[in-house]
Amino acid sequence: MSWYTLLFGPNGWIGLLLNGAAVTVALALTTVPFGFGAGLLIAVMKLSKYRLLRGACAAYTTFFRGIPDLLALFIVYFGLQALIDKIGTWLGMDGHLEVSAFTAGVIALSVVVAAYSAEVWVASIAAVPPGQSEAALSLGLTPRQVFRKVVLPQLGRVALPGLGNIWMVLQKDTALISTLAVTDLLRAASEASRATTRPLVFYTAAALLYLAFSTVSVWGQSWLERRANRGYS
Amino acid sequence: MDRVLGFILNIGLLKDYGFRLVLGLQMTLTVVGLSCAMGFVLAFPICWLRMSRNMLLSYSAMGYTNLFRGTPLLCQLYLIYYGGGEFRPFFQETGIWWFFRDAYYCCILGFTLNTAAYQSEILRGAIQSIPKGQIEAARALGLHRGAILRHIIFPQAMLVAVRPLGNEVISVVKASAVAAVVTLLDLMGQTRFIFARTFDFSIYLYCALIYLAITETISRLVNAGEHRLSAHIRARAPADARQESRSTTVHRSTEVTPA
Repeated sequence: MSWYTLLFGPNGWIGLLLNGAAVTVALALTTVPFGFGAGLLIAVMKLSKYRLLRGACAAYTTFFRGIPDLLALFIVYFGLQALIDKIGTWLGMDGHLEVSAFTAGVIALSVVVAAYSAEVWVASIAAVPPGQSEAALSLGLTPRQVFRKVVLPQLGRVALPGLGNIWMVLQKDTALISTLAVTDLLRAASEASRATTRPLVFYTAAALLYLAFSTVSVWGQSWLERRANRGYS
Repeated sequence: MDRVLGFILNIGLLKDYGFRLVLGLQMTLTVVGLSCAMGFVLAFPICWLRMSRNMLLSYSAMGYTNLFRGTPLLCQLYLIYYGGGEFRPFFQETGIWWFFRDAYYCCILGFTLNTAAYQSEILRGAIQSIPKGQIEAARALGLHRGAILRHIIFPQAMLVAVRPLGNEVISVVKASAVAAVVTLLDLMGQTRFIFARTFDFSIYLYCALIYLAITETISRLVNAGEHRLSAHIRARAPADARQESRSTTVHRSTEVTPA
């Protein structure tokens, strides 16, 4: 069968692939608010005055930045399930509470992305000139107000390139979720190639779709950066 | 305390399966070492093509790097390992089937192609970070292209490239874990094997500790190496740094590698 019939013919597999692509995009997009948000939280805690908190956050980021993403996903995925089961038994629940693969995937990706993005957030917080915080403090703002009204609004612009890099990593990391139980783009391609014994077609198609994502992301990122830097230079 | 630790890390596991982890570690280091070295060699011609004035060459090199940087490594690995199987009759005829049949060679090939794309971009960034004036000055002094490359561009560019290249080696170590998915028994593969036998979660934590040790060691080695290599620049750095610090503070965090 030709490539065209395999993909777009009457029994073509393009539908399954596009479904998988949608899952991939959904995984990546759902992870963004949790991952980047948790990363910001960790960054703020890293700058806290409590040594224990700082140490715990440093350990967290070192651990998850130092191990393979695949391993981190496995640890969170299986660890989470084990933890939920344990808590269930403690509380004396009989039933087996199952986390959906998609949710577990998002949590696992968020844990990794949080570790990566925390570094970016820390660097961006450091990039806001300290004179601004000092000025705000001397005007009588509380430290919390200084962070919320002076530092935070400026973070996005400075963090954008770094977060963009992480977004690209995240996009590719979603493919690792296919080794768990989520039918994302790569797993859809695997299923199609197993059914037809024509892996080359489907993995090429998947690669092109991934390439399309990353191309669109590059455009989107440069547009966002231009927009964020309107007032500068 | 003992019970808490025992819950997380099962020591007895190491007695039975420690040798498997050692074998896996050996495999990971071999694969990563070979791919990084070959990728480094391959990165130079790609970088050279990418910076060529010939549009066709430049765009084809760009296509290569974008393809390998824009798609997941796992997808590339599947393409080589499973996609290669589709050419089996052809490969058997030409006598290279042994290569594509073996996950080991497929992984090395995939990682090499992948890291070559990243490393060529690192080299390009490093070369472009050399001020144009230096090259113009050298040309005005009558140095030919080869001499400029060898005496002016190369020594400075390599120094700039040390840190990003070290980071790239670390990412290859981390990315190499996907080899386990195509049945290679690297550190991650052995870990999955042991887990399938014992269902003991702590094996994943041991595996993590080993990976952590590898990446931490490489990062320290790179730091030390860069420190050593840049001694001549550091000697006069403090004055420069003070002058420039004001103008660069905003941008510093935004640049990961000089592009």
